[in-house]
Amino acid sequence: MKKERVLHEHWYDGFLDTFKIYIPGNSTYHTMRARNARTGTWFILPFIIGFIFFMGKPMIESFIMSFNNVVLVPGQGYEQTPVGLSNFKHALLADPEYNKFLVEEIGQMAINTIATLVLSFVVAVILNQNFKGRLACRAIFFLPVILSSGVLPGIEHQNEFYDMMAGLAQSVEESGGVDISASLQELLAVSGVGAGVFDVVFTMIDSIYDIVMASGIQIIVFLSGLQAISPSLYEAADVEGCSAWESFWKITFPMVSPLLLVNCIYTIIDFFMKNDNKVMELIYQVTYQDMKFGISAAMSWIYFGIALVFIGVSSFIIRKAVKSYE
Amino acid sequence: MSKSKTVFIGANKSFWDRNRRSEGYLLRREAKRICVSVIRGLLMFGMCFMIIQPMLMRFSTGFMVEKDLYDSTVVLLPREVTWDNYKIVFDLTNFPKSMLNTLWTSLLVSVLQVAACTFVSYGFARYDFPLKKLWFGCVVMLIVVPPTTIQTSLYMNFAAFDIFGIFKALTGKAVNLRTSITPYVLMSLTCMGLKNGLYIYMLRQYFKGVPKSLEEAAFVDGCGTLHTFTKIMLPDAMPTIASCFLFSFVWQWTDLFYTRNFLSTYTIYSVELSSIVSRMSRYFSADANVAVVVPAGRQQQLISIGVLICCIPLIILYCFTQKTFVKSLAMTGSKE
Repeated sequence: MKKERVLHEHWYDGFLDTFKIYIPGNSTYHTMRARNARTGTWFILPFIIGFIFFMGKPMIESFIMSFNNVVLVPGQGYEQTPVGLSNFKHALLADPEYNKFLVEEIGQMAINTIATLVLSFVVAVILNQNFKGRLACRAIFFLPVILSSGVLPGIEHQNEFYDMMAGLAQSVEESGGVDISASLQELLAVSGVGAGVFDVVFTMIDSIYDIVMASGIQIIVFLSGLQAISPSLYEAADVEGCSAWESFWKITFPMVSPLLLVNCIYTIIDFFMKNDNKVMELIYQVTYQDMKFGISAAMSWIYFGIALVFIGVSSFIIRKAVKSYE
Repeated sequence: MSKSKTVFIGANKSFWDRNRRSEGYLLRREAKRICVSVIRGLLMFGMCFMIIQPMLMRFSTGFMVEKDLYDSTVVLLPREVTWDNYKIVFDLTNFPKSMLNTLWTSLLVSVLQVAACTFVSYGFARYDFPLKKLWFGCVVMLIVVPPTTIQTSLYMNFAAFDIFGIFKALTGKAVNLRTSITPYVLMSLTCMGLKNGLYIYMLRQYFKGVPKSLEEAAFVDGCGTLHTFTKIMLPDAMPTIASCFLFSFVWQWTDLFYTRNFLSTYTIYSVELSSIVSRMSRYFSADANVAVVVPAGRQQQLISIGVLICCIPLIILYCFTQKTFVKSLAMTGSKE
């Protein structure tokens, strides 16, 4: 028998074949497949409409805006005059704060993401064990989901006196009280072992409150992954003489590691969209107070681009790392 | 019938006896167990304390008189309890009005969002249609793209709202929708609200885990698509939907970004809270035009009360739903 070959005369023929299921007069219209496809389209229709109007269109517009000088005209919307790359140049080179904030936030994000992943994994493993007061602990650990959302995280730090107060508290601590982490830091600095690494570790320790606050959802995700592992795996390992340590690395970690990717992406996005993020605040300010729409569009596109690069790189690394366990 | 009892060999012997027989294994195991549980207990206690301590601190400083704030002998408990601070914060944030507004807007928006997301996610989980991969890529994009990127042009869009120039042709000018809740309702209905990509993803993950034979049986028995969805899929999905609703409600309650952009005409608590410092300076001055500097400690105290008021309804809600919430999230098994 001769094998049937589909010949496409034009590049769009394949598309036409797929869309034939929507055309009533067609021979395939009454097949089960076509009917399912139509119902499916009905189901996601709200999303399609919403995406085109409230996401796709604004995204294209704001992309165009970032290459234009935008002026608001009352009653008619806005007018654009193309200015090439000058908006981007202004954001990166002329704006006094954008560059600084961007670098600060990215550095912080890189540290915080790793710390959040490790911490939420450890906490999830502990919460998955059986001990007294487990339920209370679980309830408390999900509180950050509430406490770190929206206005709440930034609000206490926004007033200018806060920095002063913090400085004061620190000086009091230095003069009288014992600051364990600082003295330890000094000790290690004197001994001169890998100063750079310790710096990172101590930044993490100092910002542990922020990290715990940022890891509510991640703990939930890891916990759900841990609970999906069947206990019989551990049983089998136990019978074969596997220690708890071994079964952690040989069973728990590989089973949960696909969730690392999800969590990592979520953490990065969450950090980038946080309200007390300085870059976000700056963009808001440029948009609504200075009314420089073109520049703010350019700023947010740069910001988004960087976020995308980070997500791409980290997901690439994690994919590679996870693959070796599978 | 006599009950047979399991008797371990050597159960009547003392611990040390048994330990000797097992060549020290028993003791080592016991020591390890105690060690692990002590470390775990310390770790958990420390972290839980770290999470709760600021809340407790806020609670206790909220009742202090201003004088007590600067008194270094008063640390944890107020010397005399006063409700005046709460009254001041209520005034500063337009309390009953802003809270009620927040309540109904969050409820409305989150119900609409979750309904739309459930619908869409079912379509993604079960049906095969043209360009499915593209549209799912769009869902991922929805999760990834920060809303700041599109805020400028969304602002423009709704300031002069028009669909293909229809309104312009009818009334001569575009409609300004920024003064009402309509734009946000429209966005919620079409899954474009706060973090909606995440809800679609979560619900799709759940629906994918439900055995397909359920729907096939319904189909064979002559059940239509919508009927299958509402009568068979939805009741089972309720815990997951409820947890999505909770997320949505909580995040909407405290959200600043979408609220500032779309609900600027309503007095919403989160917006009031975000500008509490500037209000404070006007509130405490006798003359409405002259701003006075409020001492930092006092500022901090009032902000803390504001945060507390914002959190309390959510925490109460969370306490009631915590059990279903955790259980359903465990069932979602949000694996790839």
